[in-house]
Formats: sequence, C-alpha cells, structure tokens
Amino acid sequence: MKDLLTIDQLGADGIREIMVTSDSFAEVCQRPIPKVPALRGKTVALMFFENSTRTRTSFETAAKRLSADIMNFSAASSSVNKGESLRDTVETIEAMGVDAVVVRHGSSGAPQQISRWAASSVINAGDGWHAHPTQALLDVYTIREEGRSFEGLHIAIVGDIAHSRVARSNIEAFRLLGAEVTVVAPPTLLPPHVEALGAKVSNDLDAVLNDTDVLYLLRMQHERMDQALVPSLGEYHRAFGLTPERARRLSDSALIMHPGPMNRGIEISPEVIDDPRVRVLNQVTNGVIVRMAVLYLVIGSAAADRAAS
Amino acid sequence: MSSQDASRSFRPSHLVIRGGVLIDETGERHADVRVDGGVIVEVGSSIEVPSAATVIDATGMIVAPGLVDLHAHLREPGGEEAETILTGARGAALGGFTAVVAMPNTSPAVDCPSVVRDVLALAEGAACEIVPAAAMTVDRAGSLLVPMGELAAMGVRVFTDDGNGVQDPSLMRRIMEYATGLSAVTGGAPVVLAQHCETDALSAGGHMNEGEWSTRLGIGGLPAESETLMMRRDIALARRTGAHIHFQHVSTAEGVAIVRAAKEEGLRITAEVTTHHFTLTDAACAEYDPVFKVQPPLRTADDVAAIRAGLADGTIDAIATDHAPHEPHTKEFPFDQASAGMLGLESALAVALSELDLPVADIIGLMSWKPARIAGIGDRHGRPIARDEPANLIVVDPNESWTISGADMASRSQNTPYEGRHVTGRVLHTIVFGEHVVDQGVSSR
Repeated sequence: MKDLLTIDQLGADGIREIMVTSDSFAEVCQRPIPKVPALRGKTVALMFFENSTRTRTSFETAAKRLSADIMNFSAASSSVNKGESLRDTVETIEAMGVDAVVVRHGSSGAPQQISRWAASSVINAGDGWHAHPTQALLDVYTIREEGRSFEGLHIAIVGDIAHSRVARSNIEAFRLLGAEVTVVAPPTLLPPHVEALGAKVSNDLDAVLNDTDVLYLLRMQHERMDQALVPSLGEYHRAFGLTPERARRLSDSALIMHPGPMNRGIEISPEVIDDPRVRVLNQVTNGVIVRMAVLYLVIGSAAADRAAS
Repeated sequence: MSSQDASRSFRPSHLVIRGGVLIDETGERHADVRVDGGVIVEVGSSIEVPSAATVIDATGMIVAPGLVDLHAHLREPGGEEAETILTGARGAALGGFTAVVAMPNTSPAVDCPSVVRDVLALAEGAACEIVPAAAMTVDRAGSLLVPMGELAAMGVRVFTDDGNGVQDPSLMRRIMEYATGLSAVTGGAPVVLAQHCETDALSAGGHMNEGEWSTRLGIGGLPAESETLMMRRDIALARRTGAHIHFQHVSTAEGVAIVRAAKEEGLRITAEVTTHHFTLTDAACAEYDPVFKVQPPLRTADDVAAIRAGLADGTIDAIATDHAPHEPHTKEFPFDQASAGMLGLESALAVALSELDLPVADIIGLMSWKPARIAGIGDRHGRPIARDEPANLIVVDPNESWTISGADMASRSQNTPYEGRHVTGRVLHTIVFGEHVVDQGVSSR
C-alpha cells in the first residue's frame, strides 16, 4: 500500500489489517510516554489546501507519536493562490524530501492526481465531496471497540449526503464489513443517482430510527441554505435532527456518532450531546490511533517496496 | 469571403491522383483526377499524366472532398501558448480538413470587423481555409448585439457565442429576428446562429455529467437538462422568428430527440456532434484526469448510443471536432479547476471511421459537404469531384492503422483524450485550392 486514497482500495481485509495495527498503537497511546521510534527519520508533509484544524492536529499528533518529522504546508500561506498548478506545488514539496504527503483538498480527486505525480506516499485526509478514508477507518475502529460485529449491523447516516466525503467513505467501509447502511436526508441533500453509492435511501428519519444500531449524524453546512437546499436550519432540525424525543426512541445499545465539529441545535439537540450513547470524543481519540496505523503501514510498506526494488 | 478570396494564398500544384475510389455526394466510383490551377480539370479512367504533373498513387485509397470542421478553437488572438491559427490549421490539414470554422472565443473576442480582419490576416499562410465565426453578442457577454450587418457584409455567415449560451431569452429572440433580415447584405445567403446550449443556472458548480459517476466521484454534475432546456427554448423562438439555429455539440439522448422532432416539424434546425461525444462516456473521468474534462461533458452510454443513432438516421447533420487546445499545466489542476476541452482535428476522421458503423460515404458527408453548407462555404468545399470544381480534396488510406499520440500532433497542445488508442484510417494527402498541402502525411505549411 504505497498510498491511501479511498476505502474501496483497501477492501475488507485491508480495513481489518489497519484495525489490528491500530490495536497495538492504542496500547502505545496508553503509555506514560506515548511515543515510539517507528518513523524516526521519516518526514511527513501535511499539505492542507483546505483548512481543517481537527484533522491536521490529529495527523500531526499521530506522526509525532511515531517520531516522524513534520513539514507543514497550508494553502493560505502558499503559492497556490498565485495560480501555481497542483503538480508544481506537489513537486516543490517533494523536492524538499518527504516520505509521505497527507493531503486535504477542497477538490475531489486531488489526492489521486497527486499520487500520479508523487514518488512519496500519499494519504488522503479528505478531498472535496469524494472521500475521507481515515475518518471512515476511525469510525470503524470506534464501532469495533464496542465489541460490535458489522455483519447485519444497521447504520443510518443522516444529513448532507450529497456534499459529504465522510458519507461516501463510511458507506464504503461499513458495507465492505457487512453492515446495512441507510442514508437519510431530504432529496435535495442526496446526490443524483444516490443508488450508485450502494446504500438504502430514506427521507424519513423517524421511520428508520427504531431499527438503527448506529446513528451517524453529518455536519450541516450553513451555506446549504443559500443554495435553497433546505428551507431553514430550524426545519432541518425538526425533520432530521436528533431531538430528545428521537433519542428516547433509539435503542439503549445504539451508538450516536458525528465526525465533528457538531452544530448544537441543528444535527443534535444540546440535551442529547451528553447522552451516554454518544461516541464523539471516542472518535477523536481513535482518530489519532488509526492515523498512526495508517502512517506506519503506508510509509513502512513504501520503504519495503523500495528495498525490494 | 468569397471562393476567390479564400483561394488567393494557395499555390496551385499540378497533380494526378491515380487509381483511387472517389467518394462524394454523387456516389462512389473508380476514377483518376487531375488538378491544375486550383481546380479539378479532368476526371476519368486512366487519364494521361502530363510531364509537369506530380502523380499521387491512390490505389486502394479513398479520394474525397476535403473535410470541413464547423467547430474549432484556434486560440488566436490571445491564446497563442495553446495554439495558433497556423499550428491549428496545420493539424487540420493533417486531419483531412480543407476548411475550419474558427470559434470567436478569443481574446479579444471576434465581435467586430477589425478582429475578423485580424484573424484573416493571421490565417495568411495557413494550411487550410480559415472561416472566422463571429460572436452574437459583444465580448460574448450576452447583453449587446454585435454589428451583425457589417460582419455579414464582410462574409461572416456563422454567429455564435460558443462557450457561452445566450442566457437571456429576449436577447436571443432579438438576435434571431435581426439575423433573418440580413439577406440584403449577404446577397441572399443565409446566416446561421450556432448555439452552445447550456443553461448556466442549472450547470452552476458542475464539472462533469450529472450521473452515477459524478455521484461516486463527488464532482458537481452538469445535468442533461442544462442542454435540453436551452434547445427547447431556441426551437420555440426559431418557430416564431424563422431563424436558422445550429445546435453545437449535442451531447444528450434527449437533445438528439429534440433535433429529430424539430426537423420533422420542418424548422430550420441543424445540429452537430463531436467525435468524443460518440466515443467516450463519463466513466472516463473515474481517475480524475482532467484530459477528459470537456463542455458539454462526456455523458452516458445511453447518450452515446442515441448520438450514434442520430448520425445513422440523418437527425445529426455534422460531425465537428470542438478542437480545444489547452496548455499542459492547465490540465494539472484539480478536476474542478482544470480547463475544459480536448483536441480533435488530427484524430476526428480516423476515430469516426474506426468507431462508427456507417458507410464511409456517410461519414465523409457528415464531415464534408453537410457542414460545408451549414458554414456557408458549400460553393467551394464538400463539392462533387468533377471538372471545374475547386480542388479541395483528400486521399485517405482506409486500412492504415496508427496510434494516436498527443506528442506527435502538430497542435501546440497535447490534450487528446485518445492517447494510445489504435485507429484505422489515415489521411495521406490534403489538397487545398489545388495546393498539395499534405503529402504522405507531412504538411508543407
């Protein structure tokens, strides 16, 4: 695995391998000094063409716990705004000597394109509406940590499916592991030909709630209102938000997840955020663990490939 | 522009094309052709070769009228790093075109007589006739009419804001009305309004066909209705005004059906399709390679099938290239930021011959005499191969296989979507107003 670009590329076995590796890094993170020399001497470039404090911090922490050196690149302070092509930007960063680039980009497909030009490993930290594989992996880890089997598990993903890279990667991951995924949204927040994603579709959260083992809420972007995709955040909350009434109808063993940052009062009522079934902070903790595993496997296998050739 | 103006800069050769199969609008036959002084002087079997004449051995080959492209972006003035009129024309001649309609989306736009004169001056020495199309609106901005009368008086017959559809229906109605009143300045010749059908409000944020692939890839979609809504509007307005509307690069199954119905109704509607829209689908975008980004976008297999059916039953009048050169780095941006468009001039005939299940004569008709008439140059291109006709001819080896490669092209750009594709059928000779411009696949201009 030179690169991690999508979940489909991993397949079920690839996901499981990352889960097993993550278990050992979870143990590392419990130590008084949560640091191992696994990637000492390796350089990881964090190329964030789109701002994301959470994902960047998570990757940065993961890389530091593996003793890698970190190079930070952000679009705001770069030549990207001066019309430099993506290829030129990537070749410039590579010329400084890096082993892996972690790419967050507002345009779908940018990590794929970069992987064609880059000799170093490319890890997709979220591209446009397309994919966010490490988010899906940390979500799988979080559900797996509860001792749940994915086989036959009912997972509902609620919200702006059309513009969500998290939805696309999570549908892929959950389905590869045998779960049944339903996307729940008003038709305006579903992509055209939504069936291409392989999930069941509902416009009625109340109809799927009783049968849901994992309720996965997506962040509602405020700009969707300007595009007339929903009439108002209030109407969205009433129809698709996790209210205390809906939380009561959710089974006791259900999990409530959200990739963050949460809009209190929109996707989820403030009263529900402290519900014991909410796993949002576990997701954040597991993000570091899973990203350690990804960095370790990707950079390690690239080094092994180079040694073999 | 008259035939005389167009032929002025070509240096007539004395040629005998021997042993080929002639294919033109009148049919197919074995004959030799002698060309001298820019015209065809003799057609017959085993004609004598004068000592001054050069012989082209066309045994086993097709001799046909030169091709006419209704839709090419030659980028000059303003975009010379991607293409110039001379490099574009060279590629055109190598691809078998003896005339190319140059789109007006240059910088400055071709929207007034002086820019038309610039384009014609830049075309001096070009390897084929360059036919400037003019914009319909000033700077293609969709608000003010260009001086259509003056431009028509100079010989402009094709008006288009290509790249932009005219969004305002009231303005489009005025353009159509005005265009129908120009026969006094054109000497009765018709002008055509070529529309790039795209309803901007529906395509906002779109970069590829809206469908299963755009959903999987997470790229904003361009729905078919963006094209068909404007087609329906223009048909309604054409019905009222009687203007001749030509639909550029029809890309959807519904678009083909709309053209078919309009023709049945007897409206003056013509339509072109591009080679890429009947050979490639949106699945080509799966790896996010912007070389497959184009406007209108590559659609679905159903659309491809409908376009092929439309070519077969005569609904579609012409195959055009929408040749759109782009500098390499502009395709090295993320898909949604990369420039849209692909090369076509040097590959169009070979791709059409290789991919379409149609008689060769039909394919040549779609690329020669039919577009020639739409462009208003039917007096000199796409003519029957007969005595006294202008010598705009090609010799094609229908059996030669070759591999398409952007690096091998005459174009200044390399953005062919057919890189590495094996095709059959190669233009070996192109004769423009009697000049032997392409000889054995090599251009002398």
